Amino acid sequence: MSIGSVPLRYRISVDHDQCMLCGRCVESCPYGVFRKEGEHIHVNSRVCVACHRCISMCPRDAISLVERPVDYRSHPLWTPQVREAIYNQARTGKIILSGMGNAQDYPVIFDRLVLDACQVTNPSIDPLREPMELRTYLGKKPSHLDFQKIDGDTVLETKLSPNLMVETPIMIGHMSYGAISLNAQKSLARAVTECGTFMGTGEGGLHESLYPYQNHMIVQVASGRFGVDINYLERGAAIEIKIGQGAKPGLGGHLPGEKVCADVSCTRMIPEGSDAISPAPHHDIYSIEDLKQLVRSLKEATEWKKPVFVKIAAVHNSAAIAAGIARSSADAVVIDGFRGGTGAAPRVFRDHVGIPIEAAVASVDAKLRSQGIRNEVSIIASGGIRESADVAKVIALGADAVYIGTAALVAMGCRVCGTCYKGLCPWGIATQRPDLVARLDPDVASANVANLIHAWTLELSELMGAAGINSIESLRGNRDRLRGYLLDESIMKILDIKTVGA
Amino acid sequence: MVDTIRIDAKGMHYTPLNKAIRAAVASGARKIELDHVMGQRFIADGLRGNVEIVINGVPGGDLGMFMSGPTCIVHGNCEHAPGNTMDSGTIVIHGNAGDAVAHSMRGGMIFVRDDIGYRGGIHMKQYKEKRPILVIGGSARAFLGEYMAGGLILILGRKGKFPDIDRGIGSGIHGGKIIIRGSVTDHNLGVGAKKNDLKEEERQEIAPLIEKFTGFFGLDPAPLLNDRYYVITPSSARPFASKYTWEV
Repeated sequence: MSIGSVPLRYRISVDHDQCMLCGRCVESCPYGVFRKEGEHIHVNSRVCVACHRCISMCPRDAISLVERPVDYRSHPLWTPQVREAIYNQARTGKIILSGMGNAQDYPVIFDRLVLDACQVTNPSIDPLREPMELRTYLGKKPSHLDFQKIDGDTVLETKLSPNLMVETPIMIGHMSYGAISLNAQKSLARAVTECGTFMGTGEGGLHESLYPYQNHMIVQVASGRFGVDINYLERGAAIEIKIGQGAKPGLGGHLPGEKVCADVSCTRMIPEGSDAISPAPHHDIYSIEDLKQLVRSLKEATEWKKPVFVKIAAVHNSAAIAAGIARSSADAVVIDGFRGGTGAAPRVFRDHVGIPIEAAVASVDAKLRSQGIRNEVSIIASGGIRESADVAKVIALGADAVYIGTAALVAMGCRVCGTCYKGLCPWGIATQRPDLVARLDPDVASANVANLIHAWTLELSELMGAAGINSIESLRGNRDRLRGYLLDESIMKILDIKTVGA
Repeated sequence: MVDTIRIDAKGMHYTPLNKAIRAAVASGARKIELDHVMGQRFIADGLRGNVEIVINGVPGGDLGMFMSGPTCIVHGNCEHAPGNTMDSGTIVIHGNAGDAVAHSMRGGMIFVRDDIGYRGGIHMKQYKEKRPILVIGGSARAFLGEYMAGGLILILGRKGKFPDIDRGIGSGIHGGKIIIRGSVTDHNLGVGAKKNDLKEEERQEIAPLIEKFTGFFGLDPAPLLNDRYYVITPSSARPFASKYTWEV
């Protein structure tokens, strides 16, 4: 017997009293939900992914969408998602490919943490009237400073390592050209340049139209080494070695050939239409000593002028790995939690591998401090940072700064439909189809992303001011300003925080 | 302007050594000779220019990494990964080399007189006029040309037939070509690799490389030119194309 078709995931309906037959829904939808026949808009709900493009473009608010209009017999274990995954694999025998971040209903630690504020003693600070130091420096800090007196002048003898100066601790993580469109990268690049912060290139090379923003770009070196040459390394403000990614720890990357158009092929330096396969491990890294060699090779190639970051997925032993990274000459360790987004990842990895960023950052910070090497690296937290409160909380748990990814895409219109892997993003973000890419106007989208970073920065300074803290350095690792609300004892021990009321 | 600059690398750390090399290139030297090289890594790392660097001794890992243009001639053996992510230029090794020779190499040429270690030519790739070439005089260990995405690996098997026991040739190969003198059986091939006999146009393609190789090392090209070769290529350019199904 055949499995038959699964119930509709979404039902689209058109209010024909409201509809004026303008056809914008037909033009908007690259999945083919709508078609106009005579004086009627017909709908095929089965291909809908809930991207909301039609809804946002309808001038009459005539379109509505309902998720799971058909009930399954309810069951707490055999959820519709589980059942549909089985139908899919029973039919195909293949690995299920999914998009965006972890879709499993794990508890969010951020939502069980509350921040502190001043009352009566230790007055709060008004960021409107008093300076609030949001600027921070990423990279190695010397453990001590040596000075010499020369003819009455005091001269610094210690050689300082290059640091990145960020005006706000909010950066944008690595999303490659290929995974996202050039207009999306341009929008992000203009936003970070305006905000005095940085973004990552991802493992897709650096397109020449981004050269004007290169001083705000962190160039990535991943296992496929796509787009990597000495010019690329020298252009970046910093270099990041990607070991792993929160959405799919232990896996490499794979850009399917159909997304490798002429421009992507030129930037990645591979033939058009060929698969770009980034293997799981770097071919020259099999140990911490090998990692050190790659870090140093990048520093040596760029004459020790660029900070080198190392990004790992948050996994069980992140703390010990980070301690190794801190001794490798690297300048920062990026930890990507299990809620990190992606264009495409096997569903089983996206939903089941890795650990939350909150626990990973706290344990890495604690490990580095216990070994007396916290000054050797900055900690950048990423994977599931949704709002300014998450930024404040993760910094209080020990991070120096954060990378945002999905949040920046949402600021450009992304509706988190999670269908990036189809390459048909109706918002012009996760697609290379020229007509779709053209929908994203970098003038508008860059302003939206910059607005988001400004707004979060303002909120962060208000939160800090309310807590009587006037610099980001004083918030970092300041666990006393956090309390756990209904978190269990063991998690609070790892986070090194007290419970509410204590 | 000095035409040739000699640098005594004895006891020198690689950073000052590379600084001295860069300074020599900046001063317009066309040839730099490094004496007493003993294990210094990253020589000519990220170096640009039209310069010949003669290395007397044994350089450490990642010789010529990210290198763009220069020629390195090594009178001695090499550690692992010479030509790692190299962009253009030439490396000539009068001896053996370690593992992962030409790792992710994007352009230029590497000639090794004798043998190389495991995973030689791993993930080499090509783009337009950039086509990396790795020529090995002796033999190579397992997983030669693993993940190969472009370029050419030529194994001349001068010291006995290649491969004796080694396996995994072209494991995961999805572009480029491996040409091997000697006998290759299906048992030697990695996942995703297939073998064919050398075609006439391929013989013509490798002839100038063989002559270049023998020219560097003062050898006779004749026995190599007309012998039997096998060509290993990908059985699919899209090895992962049928692995996944979409969630929706």
